[in-house]
Amino acid sequence: MRTDLFRRRLVTGFACIGAGAAMPCCLPHQALAANHQNFALSEIADGVFAFRGKNELMTPGNEGAICNLGLVVGDEAAAVIDSGGSLVQARAFIAAISEVTPKPVRFLINTHMHPDHIFGNAAFRDIGATVIGHKNLPRALEARGAFYLRNYRSQLGEALMEGIEIVPPAQLVADRAEFDLGGRVLHLRAWKAAHTDNDLTVYDAATGTLFTGDLVFMEHLPTLDGSLLGWIRQMDALAAIDAQRVVPGHGPIAADWPEALEAQRRYFEVLAGDIRQAITEGRPLAETVKTAGRSEASNWALFDEYNERNATAAYAELEWE
Amino acid sequence: MPACLGTTFRTGGGTEMQVSASWNRRLAIVAAAYLVVMAGSLADLSGPAAAQQSPTSSERIWTSLKGDVFGDRPILADTGLVRIEAPKRAQDAAVVPVDVYIDPAKAPDGVKSVTMIIDVNPSPVAATFQIGKEAGVTHLSTRVRVDDYSYLRAIAETQGGELHMSQTFVKASGGCSAPAVKNTDEALASMGRMKLRQFAPAAGETAGNAPELQLMIRHPNNSGLQRDPLTQYFIPAHFIQNFSISQGDRLILAMEGGISISEDPNFRFDFAPGAGSEIRVEATDTEGKVFRDQWPLEAAGL
Ligand SMILES: [Zn+2]
Repeated sequence: MRTDLFRRRLVTGFACIGAGAAMPCCLPHQALAANHQNFALSEIADGVFAFRGKNELMTPGNEGAICNLGLVVGDEAAAVIDSGGSLVQARAFIAAISEVTPKPVRFLINTHMHPDHIFGNAAFRDIGATVIGHKNLPRALEARGAFYLRNYRSQLGEALMEGIEIVPPAQLVADRAEFDLGGRVLHLRAWKAAHTDNDLTVYDAATGTLFTGDLVFMEHLPTLDGSLLGWIRQMDALAAIDAQRVVPGHGPIAADWPEALEAQRRYFEVLAGDIRQAITEGRPLAETVKTAGRSEASNWALFDEYNERNATAAYAELEWE
Repeated sequence: MPACLGTTFRTGGGTEMQVSASWNRRLAIVAAAYLVVMAGSLADLSGPAAAQQSPTSSERIWTSLKGDVFGDRPILADTGLVRIEAPKRAQDAAVVPVDVYIDPAKAPDGVKSVTMIIDVNPSPVAATFQIGKEAGVTHLSTRVRVDDYSYLRAIAETQGGELHMSQTFVKASGGCSAPAVKNTDEALASMGRMKLRQFAPAAGETAGNAPELQLMIRHPNNSGLQRDPLTQYFIPAHFIQNFSISQGDRLILAMEGGISISEDPNFRFDFAPGAGSEIRVEATDTEGKVFRDQWPLEAAGL
């Protein structure tokens, strides 16, 4: 790993000199953070770090860094939650990790199939991490991987796409699984189709921190690529998880739980309500998607980018009710 | 890609109807032609642009494949007899709504069939719809997968054998919406379920003013362009290859199609109802499974 390539800096003002130096562990955790250009890793609980993605589409300008990423450090090893939207971002992430812990990254947990969460996988595989995912993730990536690699070439640009591979998980979670980082156990849970059909959550019992992946969106409009009904149906079970704080897939990196679910719950109700009414009235899909959910526009970032698409998927699903 | 196209267009079980076998041969020819064209376009494009199709490259693919679909028959463009509509940008690449309209004034003898083409898709011939004589179908909506920037085309064949074409350019969806099945477990669990909705004529003096039917078939309509994660073998394509919908002995609409039709194939069209009999549907998929159902013609409003 060529950490010397990255400028090292601490927001606390401590200088970190020398490549590969381990960070002192005596810093108060709220203050410990690592920056690499636009990659800032914040410690949100003891040994739990998160990167906040921008509420944007993936572009060359943001290097694909649009979703939240996580790091949990145990006594023996660390686990990373999602790898980011490009190898450039993933490498910056790895550099930032080396500033906060000398422990090896033993696991990369993919919360689901989307490119902003998995395009950095190869960088973590290359430092020896085992990739973990939902049992449906390999199938989903087989069906989409080639499309993602082609489609994002125009969106992210050739330079950022260079070297990006679809790296499927080596270890699968069918229902629940636990991964021990040494004195710290991560609880993984596979969900039925919701945001996608391969959503996985990660719960750090030591601090009560829940990484939801894109099962929870805040600020950024939720995107539907699985099952709206499944998502709505499972939201109570999600809310029942006894968490102190949540790291949603998009939005603030530490939010109150389960209050974090409220905005998306309301959006889904409005969207489903509008579409059900249109279906009852016999209004066709093409016409319905132009207006369904519109009253939620001012509550979300990227509403115009994703709402019609959500409405399209939701209409096709709700028509079978 | 080439390796899996072979399985995509394989013929299904031995119990297939003759029409399906001939259709599969035709699809195979079109797929082969498409591969040649793709190889050509990849060879003469280089750099970043190679990834994305354009009106020019879409047109080039069409020029090469139309002979395989229609031989050297002349195709009349933009005569107004047929019109295709789709969103300028696909919101969800897996579910792109398409509408085809036929102007009965320009086709006094009626239209025999409509073929829907998506130039850049791995299976460019999305479907051919056969319209029953005096079935009164003038508007047909369905949903298709669109893999990249592409022209969508509707080619109508009149009873007299003329071909008329309308086309519209669709930009691929941005971002992570892929033309793939969203909820595979559910699609397989409820496969073969059918639903028929009947709509009374729209109130007022709207054009056509005929009742409508909407046929929905639960099916993954799977592309087969993916590997089984455990065995690493390519999963064979699995899709609805034909259906017919009739009232009594009278054919209203039939389709022969492939993987460019969205999962849970969905067709809505107007029709001229005859007296009495119920609506019957029979559909067949590539595994030779036959799905049948029937519904009484709803008296209310029809
Ligand atoms: Zn996502």
